[in-house]
Amino acid sequence: MTAPGQPGQLAAGEPHPGMPTYLGMPSFPDAARIAVADSQLRANLTHATHTIRAKRAGAVAELADWEQLRQAAKAIKDHTLAHLDTYLLRLEENVTRAGGQVHWAQDAGEANAIVAGLVRAAGADSVVKVKSMATQETGLNEALAADGISALETDLAELIVQLGHDRPSHILVPAIHRNRAEIREIFRTEMPDAPAGLTDDPPALAAAARSHLRQAFLSAQVGVSGANFAIAETGSLVVVESEGNGRMCVTLPRTLISVVGVEKILPSWRDLEVFLALLPRSSTAERMNPYTSTWTGITPGDGPENFHLVLLDNGRTSALADPTGRQALRCIRCSACLNVCPVYERVGGHAYGSPYPGPIGAIISPQLRGIADPVDASLPFASTLCGACYEVCPVAINIPEALVHLRAKVVDAKREKNFSPERVAFTLSGRVLRSPRLLAAAQRAASASRRVVARKGRIRLLPPPLSGWTETRDAPVPPPESFRAWWARTRGNRS
Amino acid sequence: MRIGLFVTCLTDTLYPDTGRAVVAVLERLGHQVDFPAAQACCGQMHFNTGYRREAVPMARGFTAAFGGYEAVVTPSASCASMIREYYPALASEAGDAGLARAVAEVAPRTYELSVFLADVLGVTDVGAYFPHKVTYHPTCHGLRMLKVGDAPLRLLRAVRGLNLTDLPDAEACCGFGGTFAVKNAEVSAAICADKVAAVRQSGAEVLCAADNSCLMHIGGALQRQRSGVAVMHLAEILARTEETR
Repeated sequence: MTAPGQPGQLAAGEPHPGMPTYLGMPSFPDAARIAVADSQLRANLTHATHTIRAKRAGAVAELADWEQLRQAAKAIKDHTLAHLDTYLLRLEENVTRAGGQVHWAQDAGEANAIVAGLVRAAGADSVVKVKSMATQETGLNEALAADGISALETDLAELIVQLGHDRPSHILVPAIHRNRAEIREIFRTEMPDAPAGLTDDPPALAAAARSHLRQAFLSAQVGVSGANFAIAETGSLVVVESEGNGRMCVTLPRTLISVVGVEKILPSWRDLEVFLALLPRSSTAERMNPYTSTWTGITPGDGPENFHLVLLDNGRTSALADPTGRQALRCIRCSACLNVCPVYERVGGHAYGSPYPGPIGAIISPQLRGIADPVDASLPFASTLCGACYEVCPVAINIPEALVHLRAKVVDAKREKNFSPERVAFTLSGRVLRSPRLLAAAQRAASASRRVVARKGRIRLLPPPLSGWTETRDAPVPPPESFRAWWARTRGNRS
Repeated sequence: MRIGLFVTCLTDTLYPDTGRAVVAVLERLGHQVDFPAAQACCGQMHFNTGYRREAVPMARGFTAAFGGYEAVVTPSASCASMIREYYPALASEAGDAGLARAVAEVAPRTYELSVFLADVLGVTDVGAYFPHKVTYHPTCHGLRMLKVGDAPLRLLRAVRGLNLTDLPDAEACCGFGGTFAVKNAEVSAAICADKVAAVRQSGAEVLCAADNSCLMHIGGALQRQRSGVAVMHLAEILARTEETR
């Protein structure tokens, strides 16, 4: 455990045990190549992302002051992050005053050890869980299992993922890559108490999950949650969900443990109002969130008797040290950027090698984990830079700007190391493209080669690395003369 | 008005017809067009791929070539957004105060062609004639970075004989993304497949856009499939008159 207010203990780029269960994932291009070939996955994703996308656009269009709300949210988050030490200490003070206990975890290993210790101290060997990104990040379930503690995911989609021995592929809809026929199959084979004759009718599937979970809720001694927001002025936590299962997890067990990233903090309840307007419309396209649970420490005779808050750094303070990259810490995990992303729509979440997929994942994972691993070095390049993510982001994270910033970090980190054909190509092309004389010479060479490289007026095959292009697209045939040459020939006397 | 034409390295090298079309349209409207021969590449490909250091001399080259013009016009929303949106940051990052001053002078006067025509000059009817069924793809950098709005559509609607038809899911990216199309070729092709399907669904004979990079991508796939749909830069449509064809 470490004290708060000591940011930057991990240098950017240093290997980081931040997400232990995701170690050794393939790089994005390799994983994506396999994903785009999966027709079932493509069909599921196209249907789901287009449905949510259209609903969100409708819900957002209803608010005339959306842009002002968005700018307010950005300002609140930026202010809070700039004074994170102050607000964290205030939160700790108020949680403690309300009867809770605060623990500080520098990384995933510390967070998991704290939780395991608390579960054992409560005399339990199982926990029920509210959907939580932070505990996916730390690999808590796997760490608890290694300690002989079983963890039951109670969010319907997380349950589907857990029963399917699978990983979440979307921040809000973790089983978005599954359709209802696949879910029925998972329940039939993995849920011992699945009713006979279970159909793939969504209400029937939900009812099966409901009865499966109910007994666990009533007998659980320990609940584990994350939080969407932590309010410093009163030491209160807020969980936003749409099933009610989360509320049962945070109210029924005797002990509640919440694992929360340090960036989830808000100064006051007034600030929360802005986010409760932005989050549901951005994520589920709802005007108001169905189940918003808030609690402050413990209340005798009502809810948990013991409350523990584990505040998690796990790379966040090193991200905070980067003026361009730190905007990613404003993220409220709404997943609007995933639903509009042309790349996510085709490959799904697993290819991103992280619990944080899609455009936001491509800027969060390399900042939390560093860029030493091949998957983290490839993530900033997993985007066409189309900007649809920035357009929908409710906290105005300029994801394209952060992506190109992180690309430069990846390139610069490799500069002094091993030989790279790409770097040679970019160095040489850089020399040509900044020199009108060399560019003109290259254009003359291209024009001279046009009859050699083109067959019947088309280029259908180029050597690697451009072969990926010509696999599905013709390449342009160089013209007889460049614009520059035409201008010099016809109007040279004027320029 | 004395206008400097920034033709862009891609159009210069591979699509000179677009450059000639820009000259034709601007001269038809009575403006003097210069092509400063000192121009080369804006550096966007290097910048967007992480080679920022290599992009700095290109930014210097651009500002040196185009200092002093009343307006710099380019047939690429993507290159215009590089200059307008990212040059200031690039200059300050490089710690080059001279470059920062030059950027502050030239970047705000650098316009994408459709914005220059429709919003700066306030002209939508440029005297063009193009009797074909055309659909328009709003490219991402034009739409979301430069925010060209409906300037290209206003220009197309004023073209005599032109039958403008809607492109389904028009604002979706085509999957080009510069080096993305090479680094993640399979995903790029998958995104492009849906754009091509939308183009064919539109029933257009010609797909128009204001960026040759995206047209190179979508057009390459349309040609591979022998779709019979041509791609044309906006400038080339605007350059056509009853006299030319």
